Amino acid sequence: MVKKKIEKNNEYYREKYLRYIPTAFCPGCGNGIILNALVRALDRLVENGQLNMKNLVAVSGIGCSGWITSPYLKADTLHTTHGRAIAFATGVKLANPKLNVLVLTGDGDGAAIGGNHLIHAARRNIDMTVILVNNQVYGMTSGQTAPTTPYKAITTTTPGGNPEHPFDLAKLVEGANGSFVARTTVAHPRHIQKLIEQAITHKGFSFIEVKTTCPTYYGRRNPPKDPPSMVKQLKEITSRTDPNKIPIGVFKEEQRPTFYEQLMSIKKVKTEEE
Amino acid sequence: MSGKKVFLLGNHALAKGAIAAGCNFVTGYPITPASEVLEQISLEFLNYPDRVYIQMEDEIASIAALIGASWAGAKTMTATSGPGFSLMQENLSYAYMTETPLVIAVLQRSGPSTGQATLPGQQEFYQARFGAHGDYEAIVFSPWSVQEMFDLAIKSFNTSEELRHPVILLADGEIGHMRENMVLPDPEEIKIVNRRRPKTVPYPPFQPDEDYIPPMPLFGEGHNLLITGSSHDSNGFRNADPELHRKNLERMKKKVQTRIDQLTDYHSELDPRGDAEIILISFGAAARPTYHAVRKLREEGIKTDFLRLRTLWPFNDKVIGSFLEGKTHAFVVEMNQGKLVREIERVGNKYGVKSVLVGKIGGVVHTSKEIIQKVHSELKKAD
Repeated sequence: MVKKKIEKNNEYYREKYLRYIPTAFCPGCGNGIILNALVRALDRLVENGQLNMKNLVAVSGIGCSGWITSPYLKADTLHTTHGRAIAFATGVKLANPKLNVLVLTGDGDGAAIGGNHLIHAARRNIDMTVILVNNQVYGMTSGQTAPTTPYKAITTTTPGGNPEHPFDLAKLVEGANGSFVARTTVAHPRHIQKLIEQAITHKGFSFIEVKTTCPTYYGRRNPPKDPPSMVKQLKEITSRTDPNKIPIGVFKEEQRPTFYEQLMSIKKVKTEEE
Repeated sequence: MSGKKVFLLGNHALAKGAIAAGCNFVTGYPITPASEVLEQISLEFLNYPDRVYIQMEDEIASIAALIGASWAGAKTMTATSGPGFSLMQENLSYAYMTETPLVIAVLQRSGPSTGQATLPGQQEFYQARFGAHGDYEAIVFSPWSVQEMFDLAIKSFNTSEELRHPVILLADGEIGHMRENMVLPDPEEIKIVNRRRPKTVPYPPFQPDEDYIPPMPLFGEGHNLLITGSSHDSNGFRNADPELHRKNLERMKKKVQTRIDQLTDYHSELDPRGDAEIILISFGAAARPTYHAVRKLREEGIKTDFLRLRTLWPFNDKVIGSFLEGKTHAFVVEMNQGKLVREIERVGNKYGVKSVLVGKIGGVVHTSKEIIQKVHSELKKAD
């Protein structure tokens, strides 16, 4: 029997992987690009027999990034409290290790209020994939400064320019011993897709920082203001090879036992009850 | 009841009760006087290949992981004290809103703040009821002995699973750090309740049965669940519609309030001569010297009833009122500056009962003598 070839147009991805669209994202927001890359990556993994959608749990926090999977992604989703997505996800994964756990978080959610959970999950090598969407600002609360806001950038709470320097999140997670660390931007949608496929198939804690655009709340106060120029700028300031630009690509990929494997390995020890 | 007689630490009995109830996922963060619960669990779980203990980076993460694990099918618990409980409150509110079963054991110490960290207190009576933000019903149990640490741990799990609702086991450092004899029942004698499960896939995660309890679908079963702390319809879609929100919150309240008599658990001993003039009411560690004081007062000829609350919340006005009716005084013995006494006063006012606080702070349990003296001086005033 000849297998009927399915035409993979936008309608196919919408039907199969999304609950509904259009999304609530602002014009020029990068979240739609990330959602698009995500469903294409999931589809590829399903086709290759590397993922069963029934086992996927998408955990997200509070902020615009949290909406990428909840409610749009047609899968089990857990939309948590602000900053705690990775801690909730740790419970999901350890209670049922068969599940594939994906976390969608933002720079405020994942690096400010939730920064502690990020580094500890990386250190423990909990088997999950964290996609941290970095728009350099608090978008959902209308443009306050974040720990990722560039030095001297104007936000609603740094009207005279940001006096702080931002986190390098990839380096942070690498320093915390995450076993897969990568960065890309919404100017590189195919790269996002490829990295998500790699990260989900990676056994252990995998982290992808996706630099994105927020024309509504970051762009309105900082050049270049219009969405196309912001995407173009992301292409110009990042590079896989030029050491003078913001590096993108896979920075670390290492195989080591996950937390759950380590925990099971000590189970053989029997102790006397008191 | 048949079983094995053992001499146990209160916190170890609590841990053993949780394990007996089928608890298979525990998180925690070290804190006095709760740490022995976590230590005992981590030790005993070595013998259970499918049970997980993980020490999280803080108490916020501890309860967050419980909620995730509960939706993945686990029976979950953490143990903490007042300060850690404060850190958990935001996610506890999330658990109320998403109707997630979990158990929090709170070993109370003497605050505010770090206070007398190593000494017991009973100051979280209201934190356990109103500590989290929002409008919800709380279910709170209180043990007074090592035996009850075990028994009420099981009851907490069973109640949490049955109602799909968080349950607080509000113990105190005195009981947690006390060693005494107890009976470990045979496993086949322990009644275990598991959460109601949907019969169809997909099942809407917030679709209740007629008794207000929604069966609980789990991750990985093909339900495509939408779980959110935002106001939601039965499918889990965010929806801030006023009517929908009102109906959902009222239904969650009814879920607990329609079962108030089933949830109400207490230990009472009425004066055998009948028609007692006064009643002594207490809970937890403070109920122990209270019990002794009651017997002494009776010997003195004062007709005295004894009431010890095992269920602190929901507060059963009707049942507690039935004990207050006909009394001149209700003496409320507690290790704080007046918490339970406010509730007793509220109910007692309907029956013309004078409610008197016998409070004690300082991290030391009352002596029965102190309680008796307070009763004497108060009755003298009334003469």
